[in-house]
Amino acid sequence: MTVPLDLEFFVDASRCIGCQACVQACSECDTHKGQSMIQLDFMDRARSTQTFPVVCMHCDSPTCAEVCPADAIKRTEDGIVQTARKPRCIACNNCVLACPFGVPKMNTRMNLMMKCDMCYDRTSVGLKPMCASVCPSQALAFGTRAELLALRPHAKPVNSFRFGAQTIRTKVNIMLPASAPLDVVDVTQAMYEPSIGQQPFDDAFMEDVFHRIRPRSKP
Amino acid sequence: MSTAPESATPTPPLDAGRIEAFGPHRAYEADVRTDTSVKPDRYVKTHCCFCGQQCGMQLKVKDNTVIGVEPWYEFPFNRGMMCPKGIKRYLQQAHPDRLLHAYERDGSSASGFRSLAYDAAVRRVAGAIEQIQREHGNDAFALLSGASLTTEKTYLMGKFAHMCLRTANIDYNGRLCMVSAAAANKKAFGIDRAANPWSDILGSEVVLIAGANVAECAPITTNYVWQARERGAKVIVVDPRITPLARTCDLFLPVKPGRDTALFNGILREMLVHGWCDQDFIERNTVGFDAVAAEARQWTLQRTAEVTGISPERIQQAAEWWGKAKTSFLMHARGLEHHSNGVKNVLSAINIVLASGRIGKPGCGYGTITGQANGQGGREHGQKCDQLPGGRDLGNAEHRAYIASVWGMSPDDLPRPGVDAYEILRKAHSGEIKGLLSICFNPVVSLPDNNFVREALGKLDFFASIDFFMSETARLAHVVLPGSLQEEDTGTVTQLEGRVIKINQAVQCPGEARQDWRIIQDIAKALGRERGLTFEGPEQMFEELRVASKGGIADYSGITYQRVEENFGVFWPCPSEVPEGVVAPGPQGTPRLFEPGSWNPVAKSAGPFYFPDGKARFNLTPYVGPAEDVDEQYPLILTTGRVVSQFLSGNQTRRIGPLVDHYPEPRLELHPRLAQRLGIEDGDWVRAESRRGNCTLRALVVQTIRPDTVFIPYHWGGRKSANQLTISAQDPISKIPEYKVCAVRVAKAEPPEYAARLEPQQ
Repeated sequence: MTVPLDLEFFVDASRCIGCQACVQACSECDTHKGQSMIQLDFMDRARSTQTFPVVCMHCDSPTCAEVCPADAIKRTEDGIVQTARKPRCIACNNCVLACPFGVPKMNTRMNLMMKCDMCYDRTSVGLKPMCASVCPSQALAFGTRAELLALRPHAKPVNSFRFGAQTIRTKVNIMLPASAPLDVVDVTQAMYEPSIGQQPFDDAFMEDVFHRIRPRSKP
Repeated sequence: MSTAPESATPTPPLDAGRIEAFGPHRAYEADVRTDTSVKPDRYVKTHCCFCGQQCGMQLKVKDNTVIGVEPWYEFPFNRGMMCPKGIKRYLQQAHPDRLLHAYERDGSSASGFRSLAYDAAVRRVAGAIEQIQREHGNDAFALLSGASLTTEKTYLMGKFAHMCLRTANIDYNGRLCMVSAAAANKKAFGIDRAANPWSDILGSEVVLIAGANVAECAPITTNYVWQARERGAKVIVVDPRITPLARTCDLFLPVKPGRDTALFNGILREMLVHGWCDQDFIERNTVGFDAVAAEARQWTLQRTAEVTGISPERIQQAAEWWGKAKTSFLMHARGLEHHSNGVKNVLSAINIVLASGRIGKPGCGYGTITGQANGQGGREHGQKCDQLPGGRDLGNAEHRAYIASVWGMSPDDLPRPGVDAYEILRKAHSGEIKGLLSICFNPVVSLPDNNFVREALGKLDFFASIDFFMSETARLAHVVLPGSLQEEDTGTVTQLEGRVIKINQAVQCPGEARQDWRIIQDIAKALGRERGLTFEGPEQMFEELRVASKGGIADYSGITYQRVEENFGVFWPCPSEVPEGVVAPGPQGTPRLFEPGSWNPVAKSAGPFYFPDGKARFNLTPYVGPAEDVDEQYPLILTTGRVVSQFLSGNQTRRIGPLVDHYPEPRLELHPRLAQRLGIEDGDWVRAESRRGNCTLRALVVQTIRPDTVFIPYHWGGRKSANQLTISAQDPISKIPEYKVCAVRVAKAEPPEYAARLEPQQ
């Protein structure tokens, strides 16, 4: 069984509420119970509650496979980059270091690289991946492009990412606003963009509070 | 380093021996639960044991162990979606801390307890009840119950109190949760239920969310809100914190805690001034508008801004979007309700719904977001201090006569209405109440000013607790009876849309533990007063509940287990019979209330609302500030709430390893401007102190909170408990405590004693 090519994975960080349902659900997958392959972090908790879930992007030309000296990582015809095959993986960490998205993790206890295989045991038999099934905000979604766009008319799926001189196309899409002029996300460039944050506490009357609090230097 | 002087306020004991014996310890996936070669014997379709959304899910069962969870895609409310608590809830089952025996207090043991045979424990409880009631009167023995129990159990608890023990004093932990919304809904609509199914959110042009951290406390509701926005809805959030859902809302109103009534009065004024009220609806379907309008007219933008701390521009914008919308949905939760003026806050929100005329139609909705699993069903059928089944009143002669006839007793023998949960503890403190049996309630963590609560429980002649884990409260009991987890029993609950759904048993109780209803019936039998308490199972209880609720407002008489299973739940009201000429509810019951032309047992066909004239009530909502405002000594507002990975007092979720790891310990959130003023950096130990207690926690310095407000999540016990600080001021009508605002001071501190001795969840 394979994953039908018209079924795609979509990540919309603007919907993410940081609840970690995806992280917890990933460790319920029957093939790697107790181990989660998803990373979800605050972008900058001091300034915002913005979080971002990272799953394997399933690259068309996966860097992890290209750098693997043991040929342990396979991309199947349905576009899924499989987790490392246990008999071949030599736990060298090349893939961990090379992946532009920082996805593969080394399981030192098992001497094995493990990463998201888009719940191949589920998606290859017609079920949704665990993370996209449970996600309460549907920041992670799985379905056909037509289904998703019918539900989300203001979003545009993008699956090309530029890292310096390298451009990577992936099976997983990132949702951008439909108005965004981008067809490629320039990741290197974005690293230099200003940090997120909001200042809605424009309360003119809040100064009262601070009259009551003596600065620490004058106890 | 300067620290605040040691106050004279009491501090909870560290309880090392009890913690070692009974936890909370963390359970992780292991053994049969991680063995990929193990296939489940069966999948049990059921619902989550935590919040009021009651997501459908399938438990994977092997032998007598729940080994995992699988989405239940067909259940229409959540379609497979679950939050982290639901996904990991199965780790509470077969847990090392699970109580397998009854226990009695033993001062010579390090754990404080010795195990006791189940029958002997039941006899001891019955003996204490008998003695206390004989010596001090029936009301001297009280019951505390909970809204995480199935509706059948809550019905049984009410019957046990009112028919078997004949004590006036039963109340429940929904007193901390649902009662302000319930009281306000009854005053405005004559019925206490969310007016709409959540599917109506999707058709709304404006979604207004007030005092509800939807993303963390009702995560699945997030997708409804986002989907409404995909269809063009504007999302307005009222909250002192930029919650994860507020982060990208269209308009954020950073309200100063305790000032919600002022905000809604101010919005109503803008609606009046600009002609955004639905005069036709108001005239045909409501009573009392003129007085409310006169009150609201005093709330100019400037005055509203000064009181609420929200800029006039934002208030004006909110009023304009709300006022001009064709469809809308207003939701609120504890942020509006946990106040000494909680009922008034809710009524002021309902006033802007009624003034808009947008209720009782597709895409036009209103509802409170129920907190507990059975927050809705648990407040309908007789475990509240003034209530009888079917949403009937213990103070109403007609209602007493009907229930007495169902129960086969004289109405004269039914007790009069009793007092609320906090008052029960005050009476325990003063010595008026001598004995207490508690189930599904952890007041030592969950009630405000909980040093007082601990003291009150310590004064009881006899205290028994039914629990599946040794909660912080059970640790203070004389006898602990081992009850059942949700997955060990069958029964119905009513989720936040008013949909009655069925919990299905997945596993058997371990050891000497028993299903809760069996324990209650065993106590009744040991008392020799088992008449009416000899049910053989939950379905038989439900069948009696159908009769008991018949003709009441919360009418379940047309609902059966089979109908629930065939329709993914049934929305009450669902009467078994309706008068000739009235259309009976469809297979799904009544998903949407107040539809034009609808029939109800109070109005008959006079109108859609549950009053004799069929009209909804506007209620006057003059603004009153919080019970304890800030001053020179205590200059900051403390507000409390939840985090996504924990639930209520944490008796279950603090034992689930992956959830503890997500957010291990409570932290005090404060704004960098305030932190700078106080010389506090992120991660520093800080001490927060109120007039009632103090608490030393690590700081979380974030721009996502009002600079005059600090926040602490309340799921932890002992010295980490936020409720050491909170105030026990209560709403005069609903008796809900004011968890959401009190005055504190905050200072940098030395690491607390517990830091080196306790694990994060303890």
